[in-house]
Parts: sequence; structure tokens; C-alpha cells
Amino acid sequence: MNDHPHDYYAKGKHGHDHDHEDHAPIEERDEGPPSEYEIMSRAMQELLEEKGAVTAEQVRRRMELFEEELPYRGSRVVAHAWADPQFKKRLLEDGKAACTEFGIDLEADRLIAVENTPEVHNVIVCTLCSCYPRALLGMPPTWYKSTNYRSRVVFEPRAVLKEFGTVLPDQVTVRVHDSNADMRYVVIPMRPKGTESWSEERLAAILTRDTLVGVTVPRVDAAT
Amino acid sequence: MTLGLRTQGAEPSPSTYAPAPGHRFKVGDRVAVKRSFPPGHRRTPYYIRGKTGVIERICGAFPNPEELAYGFDGEPKKVLYRVRFAQPTVWPTYSGPARDLIEMEIFEHWLEPA
Repeated sequence: MNDHPHDYYAKGKHGHDHDHEDHAPIEERDEGPPSEYEIMSRAMQELLEEKGAVTAEQVRRRMELFEEELPYRGSRVVAHAWADPQFKKRLLEDGKAACTEFGIDLEADRLIAVENTPEVHNVIVCTLCSCYPRALLGMPPTWYKSTNYRSRVVFEPRAVLKEFGTVLPDQVTVRVHDSNADMRYVVIPMRPKGTESWSEERLAAILTRDTLVGVTVPRVDAAT
Repeated sequence: MTLGLRTQGAEPSPSTYAPAPGHRFKVGDRVAVKRSFPPGHRRTPYYIRGKTGVIERICGAFPNPEELAYGFDGEPKKVLYRVRFAQPTVWPTYSGPARDLIEMEIFEHWLEPA
């Protein structure tokens, strides 16, 4: 097997031309002995189970939540903000309180929503590690954690955005948010023309993860 | 919303996310990030140390991550600000329009009046 790096930027540079999109997740960590962190985390879980603090079922449920539910929350919240200007106002004022009102518990996360306008485009990064609004978007994608994205988007954001297919005119201010401490961020993109009659569910479909991080913008033709 | 660096003081202050009693700076104040390089766990990125910006909002008071990182309780809490910087002041060779911005969270003990 080819040893292909799991990096967004490496996509398309694959050594052969058949399609890998439909693969089951590659069990990349099954080769060789478990890492020190895997052993520590396993030992910690076993200890917590022994002490009655958590059950294996609770841990499994949490992992399931991260994959099945969390990644879709952000789209629903922002679709609601598009549909309800008063809710959008509250989301901008206090992201966590607005999410609670919408029935989403962000737990420990404090949220700042930032709005794209014809004058301003927002994009989010964490240069220090991989801080990300996990309670709204699930686990961060690999490119978000890559050194490439983290080091470049702060100092040449327009070049990085262009690589994601987002070309911004000079009169639009690019506003980069380095998520380096206690706040988490979500972008409220501009609602595209032609979506006036859409349901929130349909709006949510074009509010993809990448639009909520700000590396791209929602497109009407994406919702086919 | 106006995003100019000079107009911030005139804008209504965004909501405070947690109590921050006795904060030293207010929205619109010009601040400089200390150009200091202490060892250990710090949340102030290297690239912003020594740079000057404007307080964008007060996020609240949070347990000090520089203490939390070593198993302490993070008390006393430190006031956390969001600071807005003009890109050309951060990167002298910045190639985009001069009005582009970068914002991040800086704890009060890393800031000085500018």
C-alpha cells in the first residue's frame, strides 16, 4: 500500500487513479504496538470504569455523539439564524446563550459567532493547536490541524482561501480569528440570493463545515 | 459594523461572556502585547508578541492557563481580551490590503497600554 499522508493538501496527488472515496476508514493505527497515549487513555478508562465513574457504554455513546450528532449542529444553528434575524442578533451577542435557547448545550465551550458581510469575510484558525467549536462542528478536519493551514492562514489568508476556491476582492476585509485561548468561533456566512423561500433544513444543507470555518462560502448549486 | 481600528471606542461594547471585575482595559483601548519570552505553557503566540492593537471585546475572567497547564487551579482568574491587529503591523511584508485584520485572545498580564 502506498503511504499517503492524511493531509487535505495531499488530496489529488495520490499515486494511482482509482477512487478511494468509498473506502471504509483505514485502520491506520492497527499496525505495530499501541502508542503511549493509547495505553494511557485505555488505562484511564479502565480505572474510571473500575471506580464506577463511567461505563464503557457512556464512553461509546460519547464517541457516537461526536460522529453522528455534533457535526450537524452548527449548520442547524446558523440556518436558524438566517431564517430568524432576531435569533441571529442574539447569536452574535452571546453565542453560548443563543445555542442553549436553540436546545444545544455547548458544555464548557464559549462561543463567538462572527458574521460575513459584503465588506468583511471571517476565517477561523488555531495557531497554537487545534481549538475548534467541537460542540457545534464535531472533530476538526485534518487540514485544520495541519501546520500548513495554521501557519499560513494568519499571514497570507487570501492565498490560503484561494486554495480552497475562495477568491475575495481587495475591497473585502479579511478578518482572521486566532482561536488561541478560551473562546470558540463560528462564522455566519452571507445567505445566498435565491434561497429566500428555503426551509431551514434546506438552508442547513448548504451550510457545510467549511463555510462555518470560513474557508469557503455557501453555494446554492451545492444543494442538489 | 465598522471594522476600522480607530472607530472601536465609539461602538457599543459586545456582551461580556463572564464576569471580569476590575478589568484594566476597555473596548477601543490601544494595547501592546509584551515582547517577552518566558519558558513554559503560554497562550500568547510568538508572532504577536511586541505588536500593538486595539481591544475588540472583553471575554471575561478565566482560570490562568499558564497555571492550569501544570496542575494548579488557575486562580486568581485572569481577564481575557480579544485584541484586533491590522495585518501590516503584525507582518511587515503582508501582501494583502492594509485593512485586513487579525484578532486573538490575550490575557491581561500580557498587555500594556500603548
